[in-house]
This record gives sequence, C-alpha cells and structure tokens, in this order.
Amino acid sequence: MSQSSMAPLHASGINDYDVAAIRADFPILSRQVYGRPLVYLDNAASAQKPRQVIDTVSRFYEHDYSNVHRGLHYLSGVATDAYEAAREKVRAFVNAGSEREVIFTRNATEAINLVASSYGRAFLKEGDEVVVSAMEHHANIVPWQMLREAVGIVLKVAPIDDAGNFLFEEFEALLGPRTKLVSITHASNALGSITPAGRIVEAAHARDIPVLLDGSQAVVHRPVDVAALGCDFYVFTGHKLYGPSGIGVLYGREAILDRMPPYQGGGEMIRSVSFDRTEFAELPNKFEAGTPPIAQAIGLGAAIDYVTGLGLDRIAAHEAELLAYATERVSEIPGLTVIGRAEEKASILSFVMDVAHPHDVGTLIDRAGVAARAGHHCAQPLMERFGVAATTRASFGLYNTKAEIDILAEALRGVREMFG
Amino acid sequence: MFDELRDLYQEVILDHGKNPRNRHAPPDANRQAIGKNPVCGDAFIIYLTVDDQAVVRDVGFKGEGCAISTASASMMTEIVKGKTVDQIARLFTAFHALATGETDEVPSEGIGPDDVDRLHALAGVRQFPVRVKCATLAWHTLQAAMDGKQSVSTE
Repeated sequence: MSQSSMAPLHASGINDYDVAAIRADFPILSRQVYGRPLVYLDNAASAQKPRQVIDTVSRFYEHDYSNVHRGLHYLSGVATDAYEAAREKVRAFVNAGSEREVIFTRNATEAINLVASSYGRAFLKEGDEVVVSAMEHHANIVPWQMLREAVGIVLKVAPIDDAGNFLFEEFEALLGPRTKLVSITHASNALGSITPAGRIVEAAHARDIPVLLDGSQAVVHRPVDVAALGCDFYVFTGHKLYGPSGIGVLYGREAILDRMPPYQGGGEMIRSVSFDRTEFAELPNKFEAGTPPIAQAIGLGAAIDYVTGLGLDRIAAHEAELLAYATERVSEIPGLTVIGRAEEKASILSFVMDVAHPHDVGTLIDRAGVAARAGHHCAQPLMERFGVAATTRASFGLYNTKAEIDILAEALRGVREMFG
Repeated sequence: MFDELRDLYQEVILDHGKNPRNRHAPPDANRQAIGKNPVCGDAFIIYLTVDDQAVVRDVGFKGEGCAISTASASMMTEIVKGKTVDQIARLFTAFHALATGETDEVPSEGIGPDDVDRLHALAGVRQFPVRVKCATLAWHTLQAAMDGKQSVSTE
C-alpha cells in the first residue's frame, strides 16, 4: 500500500494535531525516570496506553465482567456483547468483509503460529515452499521452521538491499510451482521498511499462492485495508496499537478459514462433543478455544476507537514528520550510522555508533530518561545481513514530540563524549 | 550528563573496552570454549594454554561485545594468566558473588592490588542488574573452557 493510495480520513490535515492534548491522555507520559521526564521511544516493542483504554478495561472489570458465549445470565450477555462489539471494531478497522474473518489470538505470534499449524499442516506437503523476507521478526521465521521440521517444507527468503528496501523482482523470481504460501512483514520492526504489500499479493495471487502479511508494525502507523490489499491473512497485535497486551488478531479470508482445521481444541470452539465425535463451531469461534482474553479484546476495541478518532492518516503524517526530524538530528552525530534507509518507512530509527556498543548506548540514554531498545529486535538474521550484532532502535508513536527527539540527540552526543 | 554512570564506566573499563588486551588465540592453546549471551547477541571465545600442572600459561579471547563485556574479557585475561585452574575457579566464584551483590568483599586471594582494583571496577555492574551478565560472560566462558566444556550460555 503506497502513501499515494491512502485516502485521507480527515480533511483537516496535521495542523490541528494537538500533541500536548494527546499526551495528556497517556498517564504514564507524565512520570519521571531517574528524576528526568520519561522519553518513551520504544513504541515498536510496545506502546503506552491512553486513559480511554485503561478506563474501558477497568470499567469492564468493575461493571460488566463475565465469561462470554455461555451462561444465560445477564452479565454473560453484557460481556458477550462487549466482546463481539470489539470484534466488529477490529473488522471495521482493517475493513474485513465479515466478523467471521476476525479471530482473536493472544498476539501476532500466536496468529502466525495458528496459520502455520492449521493451514500449514493441512495443506502443505514435503517440498512445498514458503517465502518469507530477509527482515522478518522471529515470529514469522520460527513457526515456518517448525513446520519444516514437521512436514518438510522449504523456506525461501526474499532479499532486501543495503538500504533495507524489499527487492520485489528478486521476490517474484522466488515464486515457483512449489511455492504454496507467502508470509511477509508489512513493515519491518527493526528497520521500519514498508514492503510493497499490494504488489506482493498481486504477484502471488497471479500464481494462486495465498499471502499472509505481518502487520504488527504497519497498523499502528497507517490505515490498513485488507480488502484493498487482497491478502489472505493479516496479523497484528494489540499492545503495539495502544491496547492491552495479551490480545492479537488474525484476519483470514472466510473461504480459506472455513477450509482450515481448528488450531486448538477445547471449550468455545465446539458445537457438540461426545466421546465418539465432536462438531466444531462456526467461524470465528472455531479458532478461539477456551476462554478468550475478554477484557483485552474490549481494551483493543477502545484503542481502535482512540486511534481512529485521531485519524490514522494524521497519525501517519505526525510520525513521518518525527521520523524525518529524528533521522536528520541523529545523522548529524559523527560516527553514527542509520541502519535502514528504505524509501518508505514506518517511524522506526535503527542505528549503530562507532564508539559504543548498542547496549552501552542503551544504558547511557536510559539515564537521560530515554527508553529505546538495544538488541537484535528478534530479527537476528536481519542483524547478520547488516553485519551487526545489535542496533539501538528509537521508534516513535503518536504522542512523541520533536523536543523528545532533541533529548535523544543530546543524549547520543553524551555517549560520544564518554566513549569517543 | 552521565555522572552517575561513572561507577559503571570507570576509566579502566573504558580503556580496556576500547583497547582490549590479549585479543588473539594463543598458538599453543589447548582448551577453548564459546560463551554467548542470547539476550544481546554478545559472543566470546576464550582460549587457554593449560600445562600439566594445571597452570594457565597463556590465555586470549576473540569476540565482540559491549564495553563492559569486552573490558571484562580483557582484564580477566591479564588477571588469570599464570594462575592454577583451581585458583581461577575460586577467584571467579568470589568475583561472581561481588558482581551480583551477594557480598561486598572484593576478592584478593593470590592477586595483586592492581587486579583487586580492576575487579572492583568491574563489579560496578552490581548497581545495574541488567548489565551483570556483561561483566561475567567472559568468566563463565573461561570456567567452561577450564571444565572442558565447548560452550556456555548465560541464559
């Protein structure tokens, strides 16, 4: 999905994007660490929660909590309605055709494992190929390696260039008669690179190959429309979208989900059980065995209300401005190299410094109040691709400011002073 | 800006972090082990030349890591050279207890005042729990090499 194909949801533009008012919605942003204001730049790992999400979850536990889809009592109905209303919010958020296509999982990792396990074991055979990219999170590598162990599939890796751009032609050349699934990130968690998801789907579908997109880092930064993308599966997690942890989403086309066997067995996912045979429930319950993360799903619904209220296009514009500013500011620091300069990026800035290891950088800037991630970002093959063991990653969310980026840049200059 | 970090990044640490000593494999090394910290991706190989009296005649290391883990490996090679396997094991146990905050006692058995100071500097990590493994990775790897193990992981 390219920038140009995005229709603005709000005509008003970024000028009325009141970041101070937005920050006031996030209670944690007013706290201090080491006596300094918290500068939270670890949003790609997990985002902070607005009061609206926190209150929705508290209110649910205080007033409306019960298990869902069972019990004829009053609260069971209230809780079920709230849980299913959250599913409808997710459906609308990604423009899925039906609520039957929205499966709640624990996180994006579980959503990918669901597909690898259910679809993979039912429909992929020895020698069949699954294509991923060189910048996948471990969550979109390891499930396929486990499937390789189980049924003998072959894992193919679509390359990227030195700037972190997805190489479309090279990807397309990997698609062959044995390719049975494409599973690619929509936005790299370590580099920020946005992949040409629409073209990927088009190329794969031209060869009747289904496509899974890992949208964990994409849905938080831009409007996503699964109908327009045409993908078969789209996964994301709630906690990076300013919602609770413990809730993720698998979108799947109904026709494909219908053909898939259940992932886990238990309550909730059945129609009837006897010791001789079990009839499985209809979608989406077929894939939601056991008591689901009820309050977390409802919290995710509130988070979706929050970001859609602000407007994903306005959030995208704000974050693009932050990314451009941050890239410029840190690039001024001698000996600092930005890793990942793809043409289209989510607001993620990975870098290394010649004078200091990312862990030393992390420890120092932490003392300046800056929370950023130092490490391999669960993408070790990608780190290897760039010849580094780790990077420092600053990732910007809807509430970050240029003043915070100035604090980051100042802290990085301090790193240089100490180690230089 | 980072005054309170001077306990962790003392001059001796910064020096050994930037200019590590004994960063090579001794040609006659007869034991080696690789140590990894899977959390951060740091990896060190420790090479030892142990004679038949169980004395570590030579020691070197290879690998990449942060300032703390590199300085720790570098200083460790200087401290343990010429000592017996048993002496080194006791020293590591005592240093580990200091680095993890179990004791305040800086190990001194069989080492000179300079080495005591170095261990004291390394033990600055005790104020930074997430960095303790950086200071102990090389030592764990050394212990593994002395025990005849091929590899060790700090997780």
